[in-house]
Amino acid sequence: MKTLLVIIITSALVNNVLLSQFLGLCPFLGVSKKSNTALGMGMAVMFVITISSGISSVIYTYVLLPWDLTYLNTIVFILVIASLVQFVEMFLKKKIPSLYRSLGVYLPLITTNCAVLGVSLLNVQKSYGIVESIVNGFATSLGFLLAIMIMSGLRERMEENDIPESFQGIPIVMITAALMSIAFYGFAGLI
Amino acid sequence: MKYSMFKSTYVERLYNGIIRENPIFVLTLGICPTLAVTSSATNGFGMGLTTTFVLTFSNFLIAALRKVIPDRVRVPSFIVIVATLVTAAQFLLQAYVPSLYESLGIYIPLIVVNCIILGRAESYASKNPALASLFDGLGMGLGFTLALTILGGLRELIGAGTLFNYPLLPSFYQPVTIAILAPGAFLVLACMIATQNYLRKKSGKPKKNCSCGVEGCGLCQGELPTRKDEKGEKA
Repeated sequence: MKTLLVIIITSALVNNVLLSQFLGLCPFLGVSKKSNTALGMGMAVMFVITISSGISSVIYTYVLLPWDLTYLNTIVFILVIASLVQFVEMFLKKKIPSLYRSLGVYLPLITTNCAVLGVSLLNVQKSYGIVESIVNGFATSLGFLLAIMIMSGLRERMEENDIPESFQGIPIVMITAALMSIAFYGFAGLI
Repeated sequence: MKYSMFKSTYVERLYNGIIRENPIFVLTLGICPTLAVTSSATNGFGMGLTTTFVLTFSNFLIAALRKVIPDRVRVPSFIVIVATLVTAAQFLLQAYVPSLYESLGIYIPLIVVNCIILGRAESYASKNPALASLFDGLGMGLGFTLALTILGGLRELIGAGTLFNYPLLPSFYQPVTIAILAPGAFLVLACMIATQNYLRKKSGKPKKNCSCGVEGCGLCQGELPTRKDEKGEKA
């Protein structure tokens, strides 16, 4: 239980996926203009990362390890993620249309989100078991949701500010991210 | 005749990738590895060359197979080709440059999901002949390498006072360590893009549109694709 708690704090706050690992920055910079789209993206990412880290961990433990195929993990994981995203999209469309309407747009964007593949690979690198992998996936995506929500809130307030012309758009968002990253450094004291 | 043709397509592709549509400075694609590995010029250069290797061969293979791959399954097929090349690159690095393999770590397998690679596959290699695509990949890769080396060099120079591990600044210079930490990556790249915006505005050139063909790259689209776009894409 204690190790799981440490994993949650480390992955969500200390080693935040966006601000210290630099994974999944495309949606972080691109889809953080409004907080409701940021929330949708964050939820979809959470959904996919938690499931995909579980499935890829199961495949790694029961298929790749026993047959000595660990060198194939990049190819296997990316295929698992791509087909999982398709499958989740189809499942939600058929069974839970209300959830599909709120998350559906974001799902196709997730296949190329490097955070998803990154978490699966990190689970292997840190030799986490299946439960630990799922918890790590959940915590990492919680960190993603947290960071993208903070960013979208800040960006909504920045709209009315007078930003130097050269810094408008991506540069000012990156400077905001840098300040958030400095703030998140403070969490290192927690562990 | 032959030379002028060579010049018009292949040299143009190289120039396009390195200068005119530089993936980092002009298109802002593939930001994740750019920020993550550029804590030193050596790492940036190594990552750039690895990506160039993958991009050149993936563009070539995809262009060569473009008539064989059915349109409906093209993205998964591209991903398999890219993932195979990335695994090969990973083995080569592990065998011949183990120090770089150690310092790049997880970001080598993550080349698979680099927007630049799938973006070029979708927007160029799937529509053009193999050799032109090879040069397109080479140009884009070298442009990426150039950008990563400059960014890594700047961060290393500010943050540690060295360049390619060679001490460059006088000893009384106090290194600003934050430049090689995570926040420094955002700060330095933000300032570089802002400088570029300023220069572009001064010379009166309009901003380039992004040619990234991948849905996943929300960055260059600025906003989400609407439901309608998606249907059009699938039809």
